[in-house]
Amino acid sequence: MDKLNSKVVKYFYTTMVRIRKFEETINEYFLKGEIPGFVHLYIGEEAIGTGVCANLLDTDFITSTHRGHGHTIAKGAKVKYMMAEIFGKKTGYCKGKGGSMHIADFSVGMLGANGVVGGGYTLATGAALASKLQNKDNVSVCFFSDGASNRGTFHEAINMAAAWKLPAIFVCENNQWASTTPYRTTTAIENIADRAIGYGIPGVIVDGNDVFEVYKEAEKAVDRARSGGGPTLIEAKTYRIKGHFVGDPEMYRTKEEVKKVMEENDPIVRFKEKATEKGLMTEKEMQEIDKKIEKEISEALKFASESPSPEPEELYQDLYV
Amino acid sequence: MREITFSEATLEAMKEEMERDEKIFIMGEDIARQGGIFGQFRGLPQLFGTERVRDTPITETAIVGAGVGAAMAGMRPVVDMHFADFLGVAMDEVFNQMAKIRYMFGGQTTMPLVLRAPDGIIRSAAAQHSQSIEAWFLHIPGLKVVIPSNPADAKGLLKSAIRDDNPVLYFEHKALFPMKGEVPEGEHLVPIGKADVVKEGTDLTIVSYSLMMNRVKEAGKILEGKGIKAELIDLRTISPLDKETVFESLAKTKKLMIVHEAVKTGGVGAEIAAMAAEEMLDYLDAPIKRLGAPFVPVPFSPALEKFVKIQTDDIVQAAEELCR
Ligand SMILES: Cc1ncc(C[n+]2csc(CCOP(=O)(O)OP(=O)(O)O)c2C)c(N)n1
Ligand SMILES: [Mg+2]
Repeated sequence: MDKLNSKVVKYFYTTMVRIRKFEETINEYFLKGEIPGFVHLYIGEEAIGTGVCANLLDTDFITSTHRGHGHTIAKGAKVKYMMAEIFGKKTGYCKGKGGSMHIADFSVGMLGANGVVGGGYTLATGAALASKLQNKDNVSVCFFSDGASNRGTFHEAINMAAAWKLPAIFVCENNQWASTTPYRTTTAIENIADRAIGYGIPGVIVDGNDVFEVYKEAEKAVDRARSGGGPTLIEAKTYRIKGHFVGDPEMYRTKEEVKKVMEENDPIVRFKEKATEKGLMTEKEMQEIDKKIEKEISEALKFASESPSPEPEELYQDLYV
Repeated sequence: MREITFSEATLEAMKEEMERDEKIFIMGEDIARQGGIFGQFRGLPQLFGTERVRDTPITETAIVGAGVGAAMAGMRPVVDMHFADFLGVAMDEVFNQMAKIRYMFGGQTTMPLVLRAPDGIIRSAAAQHSQSIEAWFLHIPGLKVVIPSNPADAKGLLKSAIRDDNPVLYFEHKALFPMKGEVPEGEHLVPIGKADVVKEGTDLTIVSYSLMMNRVKEAGKILEGKGIKAELIDLRTISPLDKETVFESLAKTKKLMIVHEAVKTGGVGAEIAAMAAEEMLDYLDAPIKRLGAPFVPVPFSPALEKFVKIQTDDIVQAAEELCR
């Protein structure tokens, strides 16, 4: 951690706050009825996308999930175009055709959120294969959660990536829940990382609510992948603070359970404590960032609400080249 | 008669059948703890326990495949696909295993397996959660495909599907779950493979199913006001298709229109139109008309999504053109 330069530390805080504020805003406007479709929030899991993507370049790839806003922001996408997409506007990243579950920003290597759970593994593996075939040193990261770890594609993709020593990193955000289903009711092992042994690759467990820890482990995995050492399976232990989707009545767990995690294990609070303790950032610097983000999000909101909807003729555009 | 929702009607069918036959069990994602995304399984675990009402991992391949295996080994599984779109994940199990096993093995086994697949457009769920893919399965010998349009048929067709010794795909439109309607209590079976002439008419035949059948009924009323008497047919089953009912109507009206939410190209309408062209050409007084979605995935933005949904007015207009 001592090696961490102040730019990275600043990135941690800025990115986590950006994700948190973005998600809180989406939550609010979804409940107001201004956002179509379904949205799944990343609140409480910010440290994972942030800590991993802090090691990535724009030329590296990620694949994401239905809970993809955080990954997208961490990879460097602009919140204004994300917001516009989620509002279904012409100015959004996908011209309003994708929405929350299908955001992508190829300009920063964000290859897409996915409405199909477990849809990302094989795509990330293929992107990693392309890097290898082109002798490029970029890496691909596949984000997924505990529920998705039981899809067959998990096995097929990781085995292929391992067998071919592809520059792929599989990051499991074990947030303990798959929709209404607790992790351990559908999965016999405690640690998804333990499965790595079956593929002959390293499997590591990290505290997913500690951005410093996530960063450190991801750094090793990215270095290994970049230098031809093949894939790593990282399991970041975390907790899904919000309902599965906005509007979820959450009949399947108690409010206390959630409150406890938020009070004791909020990744942003934990960052603040550690950063202050180690003298990595001052309270004042953080407040300035808060203000900047506040402004950025309200501008994004304004951009999204004032943007036009797609025109009827756009219906047929972008189906084929 | 009492009125209940489409969702409750399917729940009633499940309850009655599970009480009748203890070989019936159900598995799927979030069905026991949550009761299904549309409440269509609510209360079943309390009645039958979590051995017979099973929450599964997110693993459609294994759910359908295990359904096939259990069916071969004496059980009568009902499998919930969560969203019809995820049938794609289990496609090998559906078309290479479930559909062919009986035939390939010379009739040694039956395949009493039902796949429930909520489909259709609802609230900007976007390209991977909005599809109507029933036509894919029409192309696969060995499967039966049912697709109710109202609560009474939802109950009656589900009960028949569960009792059928063949594999049945049961498509239920997501927008229909809250729909209320009269549903007979107790034993109520709707036969698989038999279409329903919902309204008699002489000027043209409109064939439809699922959610769109309800739009067709609205259109039928409007057309009546305009002096056009449309005969309305609810297919209820799309495999096997009830050709006789459609042809009988066509012999009378001499004009045919088919309406579905699915993409028009290669849809159920194409099959019906082809059958009519092959066997009923002499009767036809006008070109066959098909209404279906444009050839694009379902876009997210409501501003675009509305163009892939067929509205009552579209049906009225098309019927008027046909009768001009
Ligand atoms: C193949 C597939 N099956 C089912 C679903 C429905 N579904 C959407 S999210 C979800 C739960 C996902 O859980 P997990 O992978 O743990 O991700 P999390 O929501 O915790 O981020 C389910 C079952 C889907 N989208 N795709
Ligand atoms: Mg999860």
